[in-house]
Amino acid sequence: MKPKETAAHYILSSSPHTHSNSSVSRIMLDVILALLPTTAVGIWFFGMAAVWTIAVCVSTCIVTEALCRLAMKRENTIGDLSAVVTGLLLALNLPAGIPLWMAVVGSVFAIGVAKQVFGGIGMNPFNPALAARAFMLISFTGPMTTWLKPICHCKCSAEAGVVDALTTATPLAAMKGMFTAEATASATPHAHKAIEQIPSLWNMLIGNMPGCIGEVSALALALGAAYLIWRKVITWHIPAAFIVTVFVYSLIAGGAPAYAQVLTGGVMIGACFMATDYVTSPITAKGKLIFGFGCGLLCMLIRQFGSYPEGCSFAILIMNAVCPLINRWTQPKPFGAK
Amino acid sequence: MKTVKSPFKFSGGVHPDYNKELAREQPIERMPLPAELVISMSQHLGAPAKCLVKAGDFVKRGQVVGEKNGFISVCVRASASGKVKAVEKRLGPAGGKADAIILDTAAKPEGEQEPENGPILQPLDWKTASREDLLKRIEEAGICGMGGAGFPTSVKLNPPPGKRCEYLVLNGAECEPYLTADYRVMLEKAPRIRLGVEIMRKILGGPAVRIAIEANKPEAIKAMEAAFADIDGNVEIVVLPVLYPQGSEKHQIYATVGRIVPEPPALPIDVGCVVENVGTVAAIADAVELGEPLLERVTTVSGDAVATPKNILAPCGTKYSDLVAFCGGEKTPPAKVISGGTMMGFAVSTLEISTTKTTSGLLLLSPKRVTQYVSQACINCGRCVRACPMCLNAAEIAKAVESDDIKAAEDAHVMSCIECGACSFSCPAYRPITQFCRRAKNSIRARMAAEKAKAAAAAKK
Repeated sequence: MKPKETAAHYILSSSPHTHSNSSVSRIMLDVILALLPTTAVGIWFFGMAAVWTIAVCVSTCIVTEALCRLAMKRENTIGDLSAVVTGLLLALNLPAGIPLWMAVVGSVFAIGVAKQVFGGIGMNPFNPALAARAFMLISFTGPMTTWLKPICHCKCSAEAGVVDALTTATPLAAMKGMFTAEATASATPHAHKAIEQIPSLWNMLIGNMPGCIGEVSALALALGAAYLIWRKVITWHIPAAFIVTVFVYSLIAGGAPAYAQVLTGGVMIGACFMATDYVTSPITAKGKLIFGFGCGLLCMLIRQFGSYPEGCSFAILIMNAVCPLINRWTQPKPFGAK
Repeated sequence: MKTVKSPFKFSGGVHPDYNKELAREQPIERMPLPAELVISMSQHLGAPAKCLVKAGDFVKRGQVVGEKNGFISVCVRASASGKVKAVEKRLGPAGGKADAIILDTAAKPEGEQEPENGPILQPLDWKTASREDLLKRIEEAGICGMGGAGFPTSVKLNPPPGKRCEYLVLNGAECEPYLTADYRVMLEKAPRIRLGVEIMRKILGGPAVRIAIEANKPEAIKAMEAAFADIDGNVEIVVLPVLYPQGSEKHQIYATVGRIVPEPPALPIDVGCVVENVGTVAAIADAVELGEPLLERVTTVSGDAVATPKNILAPCGTKYSDLVAFCGGEKTPPAKVISGGTMMGFAVSTLEISTTKTTSGLLLLSPKRVTQYVSQACINCGRCVRACPMCLNAAEIAKAVESDDIKAAEDAHVMSCIECGACSFSCPAYRPITQFCRRAKNSIRARMAAEKAKAAAAAKK
């Protein structure tokens, strides 16, 4: 019996012939899931204003991504969910109550300019959400630094249920003054006033303080970060290096309590969700540690000496620019290489 | 003899689905002699053997039909008696074509007497035989590494002057998914492996022996412990953590001895080690003690598209279609057929390919088990870098090759790549990183060969 030439058409491909079943969209979904706690806290404290900002940013990012891909005659990539992540991250980094058209402009900038102009996912040198936030901070300085007071959910207070109480001071602004105040005289009335403006540790942990929608609750952010580390989406290196640097710097520099420097402003969301963006952060563990350290250091230098009270976004953006250099310094040593 | 846990863990590695339960409990089964064998002249690493027969010739089982052709080469013997129908180029598992003998195993020369049942080669007493005789026996038996690469064993067991083998490492890791051939050999032929070890120890001047087995094969560990219980000298069974690619030569040396083989062109012998697959060791015992050359091997036929997965002892040159038929045929039409395992094996286009001395497995996968991906942009997640057992920046190499910058890939040490597939396996953007590395390596090798030829030509002038 002579077997005939098989007519079957077997799939041919280079090995390996099996896959871990990881995917970009699953990773992005994990990031979205990890952001849900802080999103919920943001909505709890800032109400419908937060809901609208988030909805507008996410939908604008998706539409912009689709239109850009169409215009560039490339395949549609909204299915990888990266545009949703960018939109959500941008919204969480905006003050609730920002005029919605500004949120639209910011979202179009994030996807159109910061991401697609460079070729889309994987190609952008800067974190799109942060680039958009920096763009908005410079273009719309007033609205970008006008904060809603968190909604007071306790019945006892006179302000209970008040939604749109405006304030222009975040704890950070007060803490900035403390660097110099403490240097001159620790007991000046100015310093006293500043200390009073720092929320209690509990309020900082749960997020009961003025700030961007998604940056206020350290606990919710830590929960999300723990989920990402458990899912192996991120490693601990960048968040740890970032936060430890901020903490140690503020211990040395004095001023506001070191834990307050970590728990206020964008340090938590920046360290766990913005600086850990794959595309714009180094690839090796060593590189990630350097990157996190640089972010923390620059953030504190800007907080102490810069003209903005908050330095987190700019710190990460500057480190994004340095990232290719860090990658070059920190090439892994091949097994067996001298 | 003692059993120890591996104290050294290499960095990187992945955990593919092993799927070994499909064929693990199937004892080695000898299949009936197929009507036709296709015996390739290129069953090993190095120069193909020179074919010594022509169409119409009658050959005897064990007769040398392909002559060793160069230093890195081995001879090929007829795996069965029969009539040479043709000598022609045939497709091999890796995609290349090589001379092959098409053998009709039913044809007998007219008026032939009963075939003699004596041994093909004169059995040797390994205790009294000289080292040279033993080496010569391994060479004339046509033995090459049966783990996959097929490096000529007699060359490996004869270190160049100035190099000494301090450790003989037995590779029983079998980290490739689906494959259970080595496992069954360890289970069923442990005494043969022990004899092979004693012969190799004599040839190599008494090195310490490390038997490396992954922790997910407790029965094999037990069988080897029993077989080696009363052996003297420095012999250890090293239980390795279950991690792909634990069976890689370099990683095995690190896991068992703690030594690191330098970058290519360095070889294990440069750190005083020789690694040999357990199947090869058993073949050495047979060649020396029984005078039986390497004519057949155990191949795992598995996958969800094959009716009954089996571990088959088949003559080298058996067609894949015959192996599948012996397993009861196909359960469902396979979408992909793989020669070897799912991590490093070759996808083949037809079952009209034949086994060689290195065919450890044949997998038939149903469409359910086969996914075709569209490669996306690299998101720099670093999974490939963390997965790479050679600690290479696989993402950067892939990007360099994608933009045809082979020099950048070379600077990123692509030549150290062992093509284990861990990077592609773990890439969430489905990038064919391993393939990019192969492309770079081939292109660098071609350039090196061209430079060498140019230099030789210049030297001639």
